[in-house]
Amino acid sequence: MARQLTLRIFRYDPLDPESKPCFVDYEMEETPRLNLFVALHRIRENQAPDLQFDFVCRAGVCGSCGMMINGRPTLACRTLTAELPELITLAPMPAFKLIGDLSVDTGTWFRGMSERVESWIHTQKEFDPTAEEERMDDETAEKIYELDRCIECGCCVAGCATANIREDFLGATALNRIGRFMIDPRDERSSEDWFELVSTDEGVFGCMGLMGCDDVCPKELPLLDVFAYMRRRMSQVAAGKAKPDAGTSLPVIS
Amino acid sequence: MSELITTDVLVIGAGLAGERAAISAAAEGNDVVILSLVPPRRSHSCAAQGGMQAALGNCNKGAGDSEELHWLDTVKGSDWGCDQEVARIFADTAPVAMREMAHHGVPWTRVKGGPADYFIKGKKVTLEEPRENEGLIMHRDFGGVSRWRTCYTADGTGHTVLYAMDNMVIELGISVHDRMEAIALIHDGEKCHGAVVRCLRTGELKNYVAKATVIATGGFGRVYKYSTNAIINQGTGQSIALDTGLVPLGNMEAVQFHPTGIVPTDILVTEGCRGDGGLLLDVDEYRFMPDYEPDKQELASRDVVSRRMTEHIQKGKGVPSPDGEHLWLDLRHLGEDHLRTKLREVYDICMYFLGVNPIKELVPVRPTQHYSMGGIRVNKDGHAYGLKGLWSVGESACWDMHGMNRLGGNSLAETVVAGMFCGQRMGQWAKAQTHEVDKALADKALNAQHERISSLISGGIGEANENVDELLIAAQEILQDKVGIFRKGEELEQAVVELREIYRRSGNLKMRSAFKGANPELAAAIRLPGMLKLALCVAKGALLRTESRGGHSREDYPERNDRDWLKRTLARWPIGADEPDISYEPVGLLESPPGQRGYGGAENIAMEQSVEDYNATVESEWIKQGWHPTATPLGTELKEMVEYASTKKS
Ligand SMILES: Cc1cc2nc3c(=O)[nH]c(=O)nc-3n(C[C@H](O)[C@H](O)[C@H](O)COP(=O)(O)OP(=O)(O)OC[C@H]3O[C@@H](n4cnc5c(N)ncnc54)[C@H](O)[C@@H]3O)c2cc1C
Ligand code: SF4
Ligand code: SF4
Ligand code: FES
Repeated sequence: MARQLTLRIFRYDPLDPESKPCFVDYEMEETPRLNLFVALHRIRENQAPDLQFDFVCRAGVCGSCGMMINGRPTLACRTLTAELPELITLAPMPAFKLIGDLSVDTGTWFRGMSERVESWIHTQKEFDPTAEEERMDDETAEKIYELDRCIECGCCVAGCATANIREDFLGATALNRIGRFMIDPRDERSSEDWFELVSTDEGVFGCMGLMGCDDVCPKELPLLDVFAYMRRRMSQVAAGKAKPDAGTSLPVIS
Repeated sequence: MSELITTDVLVIGAGLAGERAAISAAAEGNDVVILSLVPPRRSHSCAAQGGMQAALGNCNKGAGDSEELHWLDTVKGSDWGCDQEVARIFADTAPVAMREMAHHGVPWTRVKGGPADYFIKGKKVTLEEPRENEGLIMHRDFGGVSRWRTCYTADGTGHTVLYAMDNMVIELGISVHDRMEAIALIHDGEKCHGAVVRCLRTGELKNYVAKATVIATGGFGRVYKYSTNAIINQGTGQSIALDTGLVPLGNMEAVQFHPTGIVPTDILVTEGCRGDGGLLLDVDEYRFMPDYEPDKQELASRDVVSRRMTEHIQKGKGVPSPDGEHLWLDLRHLGEDHLRTKLREVYDICMYFLGVNPIKELVPVRPTQHYSMGGIRVNKDGHAYGLKGLWSVGESACWDMHGMNRLGGNSLAETVVAGMFCGQRMGQWAKAQTHEVDKALADKALNAQHERISSLISGGIGEANENVDELLIAAQEILQDKVGIFRKGEELEQAVVELREIYRRSGNLKMRSAFKGANPELAAAIRLPGMLKLALCVAKGALLRTESRGGHSREDYPERNDRDWLKRTLARWPIGADEPDISYEPVGLLESPPGQRGYGGAENIAMEQSVEDYNATVESEWIKQGWHPTATPLGTELKEMVEYASTKKS
């Protein structure tokens, strides 16, 4: 027999002075391969047309649908109800500004993050449209892609104790982004530039290393390895041992 | 009264096309604001997996490639329905566009010199990759191409290119206002002055006034019931252009169905699966494509593969399932290594959404709505017909390099190329304009929207007895069932009648919830009439086009008819009308006369007019349709016709 599910959903409209934060229960019958994308749309269609949540790709690639599912931040679109108990509690991710119900403002947060870490290739070279592309060996390209796979879903931030108490903490996604440019030979930032960016309490040294982030990243980014690599390189800089060309050495990524 | 934001250039849409156009416009010295329904990196461009076409010819199977061949493949792919000059601009610019993205950080998969193993036409082969090209951008095979030319980053191409592009936007300090939806254009009948925009955080309306307004809002796949498109691909950009009554949409009946949407959920697995050697099997696990297409096999163009799959299912060879019949995609022979690196997203999608492990199991697939060749009709500079100062790039536009069918890998490449090329022309145009801020005009446009929304939330409109979701679902089902892969006159006629009725009923909407703010039901109610209009443009265009060309396939008119239908459909929606007005124009100057594609196997009715006579009508017919003169004369970008512009009689 099909299970009867209860979706206990956080409801609150911060723009409505009469709205109070609360949880509301919605009942539904489980159907085969039901995921939370379909389940939430069913609730919107049949029970709560004003329920706010965010989905775009519904395929686990755009990073829109991060939310707390039974207390754990993850992508709702690729979560099957079959993996969960009959009572499913859904809440918006903490650490981001609430827009309403399950919807949070990750866009503003991530643009701010990109601005802070200057998430672009820093180079003196001008693009020459007549020249062939600069060469790169495929292993390096693969390693960069591995870290470039972050989809800015925010799960690592929502799951990070430090980010939840310190608004200025860069979070795992930012450290990963820095790592991505550190290993990119096209980026000319020096070890000292990187040191300035990460070796503060907002950066890698503020991280308590409990790896809540690594555990929840839906893209299984090797956050652990990235942090270890950065710590190593930063302590070398601190000890004055960094070679000027260290920017091209790569972390070991499994 | 209302808030008014002024900028030189307003770009509606923060996908690849919009962002690249914004960068070009900024480079010309304009202030630019970009609007988006969602944070830019969540735009649908991020979901493109397979890659983008550019004739770099770096790998073994790419050797001897050229812009010329890329152009010819594109023209063939379009079934000679495209504007060949635009296809030239595209093929010539694509290599620079890829290299530029490499410069700005895309970690393209690279050539590894030496022997490498591939699966080609069902067989394992070892090829020698050129050592002298070590480290250059690698290519994979795709459908309908004569060389391997798809540049890719594993199967996260759209993601890496969009992230690199958005990084450029951030570096340049271009503002992006996300969760903002353009719901109407501000115009005076001659010129577009910006847009009325609704904030999806608060529900507030604002006017954005600009010298040039660019619609880069992507495809409208969500008018179909089963689509690979993101759920935000609802065609609002195309519909606000249509709402002006002045701007035509081109070839709306040209809808692409991708062979491999997974069943259920309709999520796409990339053509790269077949490019890398994946095979299509039927209920008996028999590989059927070589029987239909001995030469191209699984890698004929998408329209052809989707039709062959449908034919094969109709012959009783589909795999029955509770979610309808499907076929199988076999990736098992590619091996774990390949599937977990070069096709990793595909692996994840199969595991998470189907519980199928493609290393060991077959993947259920069927043809699924995927791409809109049609869109806002623009000239080769991207300037929309019928309204000065309105531009469009990317999937929302009918720039028209795709004609009646686009090749895989050509649209992601189009977004960047059109963003560069048209963005520059638009930026230069905007720079030469003076700002005319007509506040009264803008307020009037905003008030009209305000009134519409107020009546929606206070009790409903008209008879106030219709539900938004129900009407949308009904329309989606009609398109799915009657305007699908194979089309018939009778069914198309029914579709038009039924959609007209639904459109009428959308004048009687009633909301079930009643708050103004970020209410999703209200957002859907605002979009609904526009979506229904697009559905009608698709259905009516398909009904009237009595031939089969590219993605438009009529059972009652199976041949491609170059005598009567070497034309582009233009749909306009006169204010207050209950269906679109359809007219036609020539597809463009012909450099390559219509010929055989070499796959698909349909008959053709030959052109009777000479190519010269055909070409002589193009410019005057286009002008009648509201075409704006371009920065360079018509035909300049064609190779054989460089002289055309100077020798033609006026
Ligand atoms: C699953 C999938 C895979 C694909 N893979 C490939 C591939 O491998 N190769 C290839 O060549 N092509 C591929 N395509 C096609 C290609 O990805 C798209 O054609 C292309 O990305 C469209 O880009 P765009 O910039 O035009 O629009 P999009 O990326 O769709 O961006 C549209 C933007 O407009 C905004 N917007 C929409 N409406 C409004 C409004 N009213 N107001 C404000 N903003 C608005 C959105 O927020 C978004 O920012 C794929 C398509 C799909 C569906
Ligand atoms: S390791 Fe812990 S403190 Fe550091 S970023 Fe990850 S979750 Fe936050
Ligand atoms: S690092 Fe992982 S969890 Fe964090 S934002 Fe990126 S994809 Fe999401
Ligand atoms: S909706 Fe895109 S990741 Fe879930």
